[in-house]
Amino acid sequence: MGSRGSHAALIPDADSIRRETGFSQASLVRLYHRFRALDSNKKGYLSRVDLQQIGALAVNPLGDRIIDSFFPDGNLRVEFPGFVRVLAHFRPVDEEDTGTRGPQEPEPLNSRMNKLRFAFQLYDQDRDGKISRHEMLQVLRLMVGVQVTEEQLESIADRTVQEADEDGDGAVSFLEFTKSLEKMNIEQKMSIRILK
Amino acid sequence: MLRAVLPLLGLPLAGAAATEEPTQEPGSPGEPPPGLALFRWQWHEVEAPYLVALWILVASLAKIVFHLSRKVTSLVPESCLLILLGLVLGGIVLAVAKKAEYQLEPGTFFLFLLPPIVLDSGYFMPSRLFFDNLGAILTYAVVGTLWNAFTTGAALWGLQQVGFVAPRVQAAFLDFLLFGSLISAVDPVAVLAVFEEVHVNETLFIIVFGESLLNDAVTVVLYKVCNSFVEMGSANVQATDYMKGVASLFVVSLGGAAVGLVFAFLLALTTRFTKRVRIIEPLLVFLFAYAAYLTAEMASLSAILAVTMCGLGCKKYVEANISHKSRTTVKYTMKTLASCAETVIFMLLGISAVDSSKWAWDSGLVLGTLFFILFFRALGVVLQTWVLNQFRLVPLDKIDQVVMSYGGLRGAVAFALVILLDNTKVPAKDYFVATTIVVVFFTVIVQGLTIKPLVKWLKVKRSEHHKPTLNQELHEHTFDHILAAVEDVVGHHGYHYWRDRWEQFDKKYLSQLLMRRSAYRIRDQIWDVYYRLNIRDAISFVDQGGHVLCSTGLTLPSMPSRNSVAETSVTNLLRESGSGACLDLQVIDTVRSGRDREDAVMHHLLCGGLYKPRRRYKASCSRHLILEDAQERQDKEIFQQNMKRRLESFKSTKHNICFTKSKPRSRKAGSKKKNAVANTAATNGKPPRDLGFQDTAAVILTVESEEEEESDSSETEKEDDEGIIFVARATNEVLQEGKVSGSLEVCPSPRIIPPSPTCAEKELPWKSGQGDLAVFVSSETTKIVPVDMQTGWNQSISSLESLASPPCTQAPTMTHLPPHPLAAEEPQAPLDLPSDSRPSFAFPPSLAKAGRSRSESSADIPRQQELQPLMEHEDHSHLSPGTANSHWCIQFNRGGRL
Repeated sequence: MGSRGSHAALIPDADSIRRETGFSQASLVRLYHRFRALDSNKKGYLSRVDLQQIGALAVNPLGDRIIDSFFPDGNLRVEFPGFVRVLAHFRPVDEEDTGTRGPQEPEPLNSRMNKLRFAFQLYDQDRDGKISRHEMLQVLRLMVGVQVTEEQLESIADRTVQEADEDGDGAVSFLEFTKSLEKMNIEQKMSIRILK
Repeated sequence: MLRAVLPLLGLPLAGAAATEEPTQEPGSPGEPPPGLALFRWQWHEVEAPYLVALWILVASLAKIVFHLSRKVTSLVPESCLLILLGLVLGGIVLAVAKKAEYQLEPGTFFLFLLPPIVLDSGYFMPSRLFFDNLGAILTYAVVGTLWNAFTTGAALWGLQQVGFVAPRVQAAFLDFLLFGSLISAVDPVAVLAVFEEVHVNETLFIIVFGESLLNDAVTVVLYKVCNSFVEMGSANVQATDYMKGVASLFVVSLGGAAVGLVFAFLLALTTRFTKRVRIIEPLLVFLFAYAAYLTAEMASLSAILAVTMCGLGCKKYVEANISHKSRTTVKYTMKTLASCAETVIFMLLGISAVDSSKWAWDSGLVLGTLFFILFFRALGVVLQTWVLNQFRLVPLDKIDQVVMSYGGLRGAVAFALVILLDNTKVPAKDYFVATTIVVVFFTVIVQGLTIKPLVKWLKVKRSEHHKPTLNQELHEHTFDHILAAVEDVVGHHGYHYWRDRWEQFDKKYLSQLLMRRSAYRIRDQIWDVYYRLNIRDAISFVDQGGHVLCSTGLTLPSMPSRNSVAETSVTNLLRESGSGACLDLQVIDTVRSGRDREDAVMHHLLCGGLYKPRRRYKASCSRHLILEDAQERQDKEIFQQNMKRRLESFKSTKHNICFTKSKPRSRKAGSKKKNAVANTAATNGKPPRDLGFQDTAAVILTVESEEEEESDSSETEKEDDEGIIFVARATNEVLQEGKVSGSLEVCPSPRIIPPSPTCAEKELPWKSGQGDLAVFVSSETTKIVPVDMQTGWNQSISSLESLASPPCTQAPTMTHLPPHPLAAEEPQAPLDLPSDSRPSFAFPPSLAKAGRSRSESSADIPRQQELQPLMEHEDHSHLSPGTANSHWCIQFNRGGRL
């Protein structure tokens, strides 16, 4: 515990962060190290460029959007608590979390709804609470690549929107989004084991 | 049951008779050659294949008999029934032939019966699920099997030392280890047979099943190592031999996997070049897989692993390369072979058990083995799961562990291995055989019977069978990308990272190398789901709507002139906008909010799936017209112009409605027009040529089939007389395909929809124009044609009629044609014919027909019709226009009210 304790002491507001995110001490320390490593010139925060320098993110079709999600509301920098808060979405769901939570406490960041909301925001670029056909098309364009033509993409986008669209407004609201995925084990699919 | 037994009863008798015959022949060489025999019985010449075929037949018949009763098969797994049947059959054979015959030979089993099952399971293995759980599967397969083998062997040896096992079982420690190694492996055939019926959740299934497949390598190695140790004698075994044993585990498993992957690569590469010889594609799949199996077997590597890896590795590329039909063929052939082999295995297993000459019973050994395999399996699973759960995202809970321990079924592999033991080296072989048979029977029958109730009782999470939706597919991909990105951010190179890497490597190099260009372009998972959904919708539409088409088709002959067609469409539109079941695109688009999901499905279907066929039907309509009026060239030209105009009107209306695929559609229309033009040009350019209507029909058919399958380009049709026309068109088509790539990929889904008419057309071009097409035309015009199309129709029809009136060929022929195939079914068709000449009477029939066709969607319309006394008459032409008009009013009112 000695070395870990000393490291943990370095993290500002470690306790409140842990309470909010639910991370264990070890993962918090681990993330802090990672944060410091990403922070190229020790400025205490991360900028977009820092994240963009991660090689594999550049080839990830959704890489830019995921980077954007670290910088909500047009911020240009993300401090450690914000960084951890985003990653907390991917903490696996524990049984004891759901049981012990009091009714007045906010939903933990790694709940099913929050995981889904994170994904939803990657689609919903204009933050109007709906995935329009255009936004769907953009995502498809990112993900599908060149081998499928534009018209095909459009028809896929149409169909995808129509499939989930229940109130007939030609867009997918968050509610419709969750409904279209209600059979999927989101808790499992949107979790990374090491982020305990 | 009786039916299954009967051929068998005759079999041994025939066999016995046949075996006696050849003994006489060599005994009498001096006899003069007999004269020409009228009848010769040559059983021994066909004996071997005949027996094989008969056994498979018996097994299949037995399967049919089992499935006659749902109750039995829902309670008892098929494998149990087959084993029991085998016992009965074995008893009969034993009683008749006085010796045990037709047993499960290890050679037959390993060379012929096992490969299809393993290939089937490898090829259809859900690869994503498999790799997601690879860690757990490998642990159970390797550690679990080793654990089971050693503990069971050691415990049995201990039992013997204690004196529980009778001393007549002469076995040393190594013998028990050998026995433990062969009895410990979970058997893929048995597991598959039972678990496929149980429907546990997919994670549990893939772990148990994956383990049973992969532990083969361990079993084979252990078995071989122990066997050679036994043969060497325990005194001669050196320390290096143990090391070699451990090393051979890696050699056998990794070598087997490598062989499989090499063959998978070769197979994928080969299917890349089969564009011209589609017919051998399925064969290639089987041959390469079998070659992989035999190669691995030859090199004494793990053959099961080789075939599994081959199937697993090649599937993605092979599926992309081979044609749709080949894919279906591969699927069904593989399933058939596997099911066949499985059936035969279990039956032969039952028969083999009857042969008591191989048996030597020892209660202590049998009971001890049964107890130990159950106990150590359970213990091993619990221990391993405890370790694995430290690393698993979703831990395996207690119920999963119970099912996993209980699902450790032993089967034919163990039996074949124990039969293979050398009697001289392993003196206790007979005891081991008896024990193995008991263990196999116990696990398959008792555990197989009880696992279903157990699963139900424990409330094990069952697999949820739901159809994939586009949203799920798309979002799943998104999640994968998100997780990979987050792992990057966190700086941990975990599973998602490596999968992402692999997928990029695959995309960049492997797919480029192994998939043909056209396939690679279309092959995207999201696109694939979209494509499959379209097909599914179309199929369900055909299933549901088939009767609608039929009923309209039946009344089509009563349709005298084109006027009524136009009216029908209007009627239908009005009605449909009023009633619930709405087939019209426009209505769905504008009045969308209140619709339920069914309408949305309809909409998708019409939007994505149906519009190509509509064009196709259009073309077929034109074909049948040409087919009729082929005598007079002028008439034909007029018709073609009409058709063109009609096509244009179609196009324009569809432009208004369908917003998505405007570009490919227009191109298609263009090409169709070009076809029409080319057609006329061809007929114009070669006046001396005797152009019977069959010829022209054939010409157009060529184009059709090319649209349907671009791969089957003109080669087959080239042999025909009209080669010049074909070739020209074919190249045209190919060029266009090359240029506009997108449009081609939009059309595959509709292409698939009407397989039966096109297939029939290809074979019998001139027959096609009659029944089916008439039906399609009618359905199209009555159902889908939008309001503003009506003008187009009227235009073309009026011009058509005015032009066609002098020779009096058009109207009669047009009506002449449809009644042909329908007359047999519908006696009223000839009655309707007289009304042809009176267009005004055409109106009501169409109404009545529309009402009839949609009788189940809105029940009150037929009722209204029944209220009118005249409607009871068969012949609708009795109706005066006045009543029809009143009917119209009613319809309007209803529409307004709703």
